[in-house]
Amino acid sequence: MDITLIWYLVPALVMFCCGVYGFLTRRNMIAMLISLELMLNAVDINFVVFNRYLYPGSMEGWMFTLFGIAIAAAETALAIAIIINLFRVSKNIDVRDATKMKY
Amino acid sequence: MESVGSTICYWIIALAIVIFSVLTVTTRKILRAATYLLFTLFATAALYFKLDYEFLGSVQIAVYAGGIVVLFVFSILLTTRPGDNSEQLASRKKLLGLLGAIAVGGATAWALCSRCADLFTSLPFMSNPTMHEIGEAMLGSGYQQYLLPFEAVSVLLLACIIGGVVIARKR
Amino acid sequence: MDITIPILILAIPLFMFLFLGLVGVKMSHKLAGALGTLGMGTVLVLSYYTAFTYYFSGNPDFVDGTTRLQYVVFDQTWLQFTDFLAIKLGFLLDPISAMMLIVIPTISFMVHVYSLGYMKGEKGFQRYYAFLSLFSFSMLGLVVATNIFQMYIFWELVGASSFLLIGFFYTLPSAVSACKKAFIVTRFADLGFLLGILVLSFYTKQLDFLPMTQNPQGVLASFGGATFMGASVLTWALVLIFTGGMGKSAMLPLHIWLPDAMEGPTPVSALIHAATMVVAGVYLVARLFPLYMLEDAALTFITVVGAVTAFYAAVVACTQIDIKRILAFSTISQIAFMMVSLGVASRDNVAIHEGLGYMASMFHLFTHAMFKALLFLGAGALIHAVHSNIYTAMGGLRKYMPVTHITFLIGCLAIAGIFPFAGFWSKDEILTACFANHWFWGAWMMMVAAMTAFYMFRMYFLVFWWDNPDYEARVREAEAHGHHASLPHEAPLPMALPLIFLAIVSTVCGFISFGKFVTFDGHEYIIHIDIKVAAASMGIAILSILFAGWLYLKKNDKPTRMADSCRWLWTAALHRFYWDEIYLFITRRIIFDGICKPIAWFDRHIIDGTMDGFAYVTNKASYAIKGLQSGKVQMYIWWYLIGAVVLGLVTAVCIL
Repeated sequence: MDITLIWYLVPALVMFCCGVYGFLTRRNMIAMLISLELMLNAVDINFVVFNRYLYPGSMEGWMFTLFGIAIAAAETALAIAIIINLFRVSKNIDVRDATKMKY
Repeated sequence: MESVGSTICYWIIALAIVIFSVLTVTTRKILRAATYLLFTLFATAALYFKLDYEFLGSVQIAVYAGGIVVLFVFSILLTTRPGDNSEQLASRKKLLGLLGAIAVGGATAWALCSRCADLFTSLPFMSNPTMHEIGEAMLGSGYQQYLLPFEAVSVLLLACIIGGVVIARKR
Repeated sequence: MDITIPILILAIPLFMFLFLGLVGVKMSHKLAGALGTLGMGTVLVLSYYTAFTYYFSGNPDFVDGTTRLQYVVFDQTWLQFTDFLAIKLGFLLDPISAMMLIVIPTISFMVHVYSLGYMKGEKGFQRYYAFLSLFSFSMLGLVVATNIFQMYIFWELVGASSFLLIGFFYTLPSAVSACKKAFIVTRFADLGFLLGILVLSFYTKQLDFLPMTQNPQGVLASFGGATFMGASVLTWALVLIFTGGMGKSAMLPLHIWLPDAMEGPTPVSALIHAATMVVAGVYLVARLFPLYMLEDAALTFITVVGAVTAFYAAVVACTQIDIKRILAFSTISQIAFMMVSLGVASRDNVAIHEGLGYMASMFHLFTHAMFKALLFLGAGALIHAVHSNIYTAMGGLRKYMPVTHITFLIGCLAIAGIFPFAGFWSKDEILTACFANHWFWGAWMMMVAAMTAFYMFRMYFLVFWWDNPDYEARVREAEAHGHHASLPHEAPLPMALPLIFLAIVSTVCGFISFGKFVTFDGHEYIIHIDIKVAAASMGIAILSILFAGWLYLKKNDKPTRMADSCRWLWTAALHRFYWDEIYLFITRRIIFDGICKPIAWFDRHIIDGTMDGFAYVTNKASYAIKGLQSGKVQMYIWWYLIGAVVLGLVTAVCIL
């Protein structure tokens, strides 16, 4: 049986949905960030798989993934800096308590 | 027709991705969530290897598994006390989360169906991109070459370093 | 000719303006006045030198046998529009510009000297001299313009300096409104001038005077017989250009600014609103005269406007009580004389009587500048003495101010056209030219000349004879009220000297054989007095003077009875035939109420209202939805997710 494109897309989709679920339900900001990483990773997989199956000669999806990883790293570092700062101020990283940023 | 080994390999990777993803978002211990994330990322890296993208797999391991997860672990250790489990979720809350996830999944699946002809493409032959080709693609400024995004990302990383320092520094 | 002196003639007043304007406030009044006067004196010498070189040197550049030539001293391209259309700045010497180079610095210098006495101790004395220099610069630049656009530039500059000087006493509301009125009315007229320039340059593909005036047939050919609304386009262009002249020279119906411009200091009235700037319109027509010769319709228009204006202004001048207003209307009337003279100078493309009317017009411009400046400066001396413009505050002043009295009398005789004073010669030439065109114009202008003599001597007698008010009692009364007051006194030396000089000039300058110097084609013209016209005009002038003397020599009630006998005419003339009221009616009732107010309403309610509506809706909507910005991050995620899913589905539907 051939391993076709869809075979890879389904695990990536499951991974993405897990990310969405976690992002919506977790209260801990770091846990939300982890869910975010899952979603990003799922997207990366999609890029790579499409590149590999549909356009094997070129490298666009590949490059997108590479830059995606770099940007994910940057984003995580910054988000963690913000979270740690928040923790320093309020001793708490529950997202429900950080509601000062409103109108 | 794939070889049996390849198929087994695929199943291991796919199962790992699915199981560890689910565990990542369902476990109540935050440190465990980070660990499951690590496994998921490893599984992804394995998937890249399996698709003949060795370089990408290595980057995935080095940056994601090696860098980001370590960052997570550090920040978790800084911000949570031992034995600090997250509270039990209300079922209504869980249901809503699931609904959201399924909605997204459904929308995506439907979008995928619109291109169902492509979904059953077999793996075409491809020679692995050599380091030489990768370097050319990344540092050239011609067609399908990526010098500008490369530079932009480097500036972004620099900004990120400075931003991280400024935000997290003690006042 | 060396270009140094022409450049200096323009540069010195400009420099003086900048210098006095920038550092004048640091100086004493005396120093600023002395510097301004000295600068103008230098310009006087240099421009006399230039003009005399032009007239008398016999240089083949300037004169070819007996024909005077037009000579461009320099002509610098300033703005190149297209290949053939460029704005140049240059210096043109020809008979009329050389004549203006004598007139302007003479009057300007006299006014500079006079102002040393008249404006003594006024606040802003240095500013006053700076503005005078600016005006002199602009006027000189106007007369030496080599092309019509340079003329337009300086034309606007004289308008601006006139605005500044009328509004010199800017704390008086009347002066402020007068300067605005002058500026707006002349600007309005200049719109016509600009349109005329554009039309002319569109067809002829040039702006320079010389190619146009030396080859008028070429200009006519370039229009190719184009017509617009029943008249040829060239006529339209010339009439539009003349409209600018009507504004500057206060022709009916654009005359309304000039009487009000008398709110400015009296020497300014003498310089700008009598001698130089207001004749710019005449000068403009004279400059383009070869083109006007092509179109009888335009010349007829000029003649009619001039004739009507002359008569109107003369009638109004007979009833005014403010001596400066009388002089202002007299100025309007005299400029109209010049216009009529230009208008009758040609018929059927042929100059009548070797272009006598042109020569007469320029001659009258010259003499009028001298005696009208004299009269204004004399009026200034009177105002200086009694601190009022109204003749009822004067009377019997001949005993107190002998010098002013004699010089003023000379000015009145000159303007009335009595032999041998200057006005006689030039006015006689004008009347001859009018008769040469058509007897109607001659008779009409002779009637106006008679009225001129009448109203001038009416003023003269009212000021210097008439009543003999008790000035000492007035002084006592004023001092009892704590005011400073003094008896009417003779003008101080800086004011008396220009009066005496101008009186001498007004007496003798008629004997200049003007035709030798200024004619429309450069050929010499020998003035011969037409003895019938001369005798008739002089006789009628003397009769008018005697009539004025009979009415006004001694205080009596004859004038009042006469006024009562035709009260409506008297009242109408006193109110200047309600021109200002008509303008007010048109602007207020028709333009403001009929056009501006609906537009303003539209702007305020529809345009602004739409924008206000946007702002209001945005404001209300943001208050209504601000609850969404709850600060709960996961709520945001929900909204985002819903949006993303919907968007994804929509995209998928569109693609499928």
